[in-house]
Amino acid sequence: MKTLEREEPKVTKKLANDHGLSDGEYQKIIQLIGREPTFTELGIFSVMWSEHCSYKSSKIHLKKFPTKGEIVVQGPGENAGAIDIGDGLAAVFKMESHNHPSFIEPYQGAATGVGGILRDIFTMGARPIALLNSLRFGPLEFAKNRYIFEAVISGIADYGNCMGVPTVGGEIYFSECYNLNPLVNAFCLGILKKDAIFKGNASGIGNSVIYVGSKTGRDGIHGVTMASEEFDDSSEAKRPNVQVGDPFTEKLLLEACLEVMKKGLIVGIQDMGGAGLTSSSSEMAGRAGTGIEIDTSLIPAREEGMIPYEIMLSESQERMLIVAEKDKEKEIFNIFKKWDLDAVKIGRVTGDGKLRIKYEKKIFADIPVEALTEEAPVYERLIQRPKTQDEINFLDVNQISIPDNLNDTLIKLLSSPTIANKAWVYEQYDHMVRTNTILIPGSDAAVIRIKGTSKALAVTTDCNSRYCYLDPYKGGVIAVAEAARNLVCSGAKPLAITDCLNFGNPEKPEIMWQFEQSVQGISDACRALNTPVISGNVSFYNDTKGVSIYPTPIIGMVGLILSAEQYITQYFKDESDIIILLGSNKDELGGSEYLKVIHNIERGNCPEINLNLEINIHRTLLDAHKIGLIKSAHDCSEGGLAVTLSECCVSNKDRKIGAVIDLDERMRADALLFGETQSRIIITASSAKIDSLKNVLEGYKIPYALIGKVIGERLIISNNGNKLIDTSIDNLNNAWRDSISHKLR
Amino acid sequence: MKFGILVFPGSNCDHDCYYVIKHVLNCEAEFVWHKEKELKDFDVIIIPGGFSYGDYLRTGAIAKFSPVMKAVKKFAKNGRLIIGICNGFQILLEAGLLPGAMLRNRSLKFICKDIYIKVENTNTPFTNKCADKKVLKMPIAHAEGSYFANSVTLSSLIKNQQIIFRYSDKSGNITDSANPNGSAENIAGICNKEGNILGMMPHPERCAEAMLGNDDGRLIFESILNSVKGVLR
Repeated sequence: MKTLEREEPKVTKKLANDHGLSDGEYQKIIQLIGREPTFTELGIFSVMWSEHCSYKSSKIHLKKFPTKGEIVVQGPGENAGAIDIGDGLAAVFKMESHNHPSFIEPYQGAATGVGGILRDIFTMGARPIALLNSLRFGPLEFAKNRYIFEAVISGIADYGNCMGVPTVGGEIYFSECYNLNPLVNAFCLGILKKDAIFKGNASGIGNSVIYVGSKTGRDGIHGVTMASEEFDDSSEAKRPNVQVGDPFTEKLLLEACLEVMKKGLIVGIQDMGGAGLTSSSSEMAGRAGTGIEIDTSLIPAREEGMIPYEIMLSESQERMLIVAEKDKEKEIFNIFKKWDLDAVKIGRVTGDGKLRIKYEKKIFADIPVEALTEEAPVYERLIQRPKTQDEINFLDVNQISIPDNLNDTLIKLLSSPTIANKAWVYEQYDHMVRTNTILIPGSDAAVIRIKGTSKALAVTTDCNSRYCYLDPYKGGVIAVAEAARNLVCSGAKPLAITDCLNFGNPEKPEIMWQFEQSVQGISDACRALNTPVISGNVSFYNDTKGVSIYPTPIIGMVGLILSAEQYITQYFKDESDIIILLGSNKDELGGSEYLKVIHNIERGNCPEINLNLEINIHRTLLDAHKIGLIKSAHDCSEGGLAVTLSECCVSNKDRKIGAVIDLDERMRADALLFGETQSRIIITASSAKIDSLKNVLEGYKIPYALIGKVIGERLIISNNGNKLIDTSIDNLNNAWRDSISHKLR
Repeated sequence: MKFGILVFPGSNCDHDCYYVIKHVLNCEAEFVWHKEKELKDFDVIIIPGGFSYGDYLRTGAIAKFSPVMKAVKKFAKNGRLIIGICNGFQILLEAGLLPGAMLRNRSLKFICKDIYIKVENTNTPFTNKCADKKVLKMPIAHAEGSYFANSVTLSSLIKNQQIIFRYSDKSGNITDSANPNGSAENIAGICNKEGNILGMMPHPERCAEAMLGNDDGRLIFESILNSVKGVLR
């Protein structure tokens, strides 16, 4: 018989504070349970009421999101959201942050981020079919950033590759604001039969509670509390708080879980992610309105002498909690045995609405589930527009000199890591396994075919945090609009989004202002574009030594292509194709990559955005494409028109091709070439179809211009007859293609 | 004709192979769990890619102890066809069914991209349809694909025409810059002396359909169909 050698410490207010609970929160606990909590109970409350689990600062704002729609099968609140994609199928997706662990231990932090989001998807009964990652790092000039960057990429690669789930895209930005606080947001897409979605419900009094997967160790204890604090010099000493990933075990867990679900053997299932057994058990009971009783002495443990407190708070990876009827137990155990995994009955569902934690006969915690979930604190944090905001938005462009040699400027921009080719990254990811990736990474979106149907899904992630810093509302709108534009450029109709909202310390009113504004922007854009929010995640406290990251609300969006083979690629195809600009050029330099890279300025206003125009441009492009008029389409984003055109010339490495562009605009040359005016798309059409295309464009009354022709081996851009850019596509390609690997040498 | 596709814990290209055999080539295919002790009705065995046992010790090092590998050896002895792709090639090396070993890529990183291979011997059950197209575009996806063997082994591979695929450029030139992982002799695939066991690092199952932008890999499977049909008739 196992014995517990360690006594639990006495609970005091000081101990509660050390667990990240405020005095008020501690009083509320006493009030809710009518007595002082035990040590185990204190631990359970501290993780369940942490920002990470309770969303206490964000909850009231997240209610603004549009979450309903004809296609929504499952909105926020479950392990992931789901939408109807026809053919009896649903697409399940979600994005989640793993920023704090990735700062402390980049390889494991990123790896377990991937592991966690995969579990969120297959917990729903879906087979994961694609992974994306939205990553933010400090500049590669600093050795520490290069280390974090390389380790994060390896962590993502090793986990996803071993799982056999393709990592098909995402985006990476580099900025000083992420110097000591990288962002690692992992997105996963899965697919399943619409009527076979599993939920995290512990229903059916008397049903068995079964633990499956890896054994529990002491790793990751208080991970979520760590994720709910700012960082300082001592943070790296928290390395033991970071979990260690085991993708092989996760692969077995994936196959075993899908097998028990397919055979209809379970009632409910939830991943043990942040806050481990504590959150999975209380959330499952909370959703079903039941209680759960667990005997922690039965839990497969990796270390000896773990006390209930440690077992309940461990964030060991690759574990799941299953609720099943008693007579199905044996078959479940057999399936997990086949996959060499532990499956143990650790408790039962009760009718008293309590989370009761025992070790053999002795009770260590006895808490009403509602106190942990429904009664968790909700704060209406103070909101204050930063006093510095006006100053940040002030920009006198007349003080900015236009570079003499714009070719050099273009080359510099193309080789800046945020814009440069990311092949160094995605070639480390197995992006082809499962043979569904029909458009591989490197275009505006990745396209995944759905076997057994004629359809494909397009996926992208987007957010320009500099825009959000300058104007969090517009930045939020643009993040959604650009994600949709990327999908449209791939030939897909945008359907729905997930989000991962990365912000600083919510206890600072200026940060809450950024948050509130961004959420409003995302909500407004999602309403206009008819793309509901079906899942998401909030990561606060992205501050190191008091400095916050730029607000970074990342949008993950999924769109549908009815005929899989009709996806669009971004690069120019054939000589003498006509190049058309959808949208119009405006004199907008604020917030551009050009101002940052060339002039080291991050001020001014971010570009304007008109959602009606945006929507019309999307419709126009999709309609023109439907009748076969579009040969390529590329969203105009960071680096502006000149960078977009360069990418169209060189991004097909087997067939680089030049272009001659004649513009007719009255504005500064740098604003025209590198300004980041929104709602612009570069498309090409064969000259034979140009009249039909014009008809479609006129019908939608969108601004457009025939700006040039695909031809030769140079990119030449003139305005009113003045040559602004004239350089060989080899120069452009050399600057763009291998820039990142050169910077890592 | 029936293909058996082995499934080890951690195999992850098993479904891709199955899809190509069943839905692209319209042949019979069946998964074979690694604990099976016999391989009765199969004409061809595919050992698919992935990370068998997480590749935690050394790629393929634990998989070789799976019960099914004894049956695979017997199957091989009877002259039946076996093709190991990526992790499957690594397993065949560890099991001693093919000579040599795999080292980590010279970049020390996982590499997933399209490369070109030159078919060096079209007189095999796996390449007989490649006579008219000897340079194939195919994706690789591995971290340990740098083939290594001592000079005696390499000489005998050359002498016996056991080198089936070499990494090449688009025009079929065997150059160092076309060698993605540092393999000896630019080796991308070899067979045993008897010619019935093939191991290759590139993934033909990932490029066997026009929709994936490349169907060069189909030639490998069609060659197999061609040769097995020949035997059966």
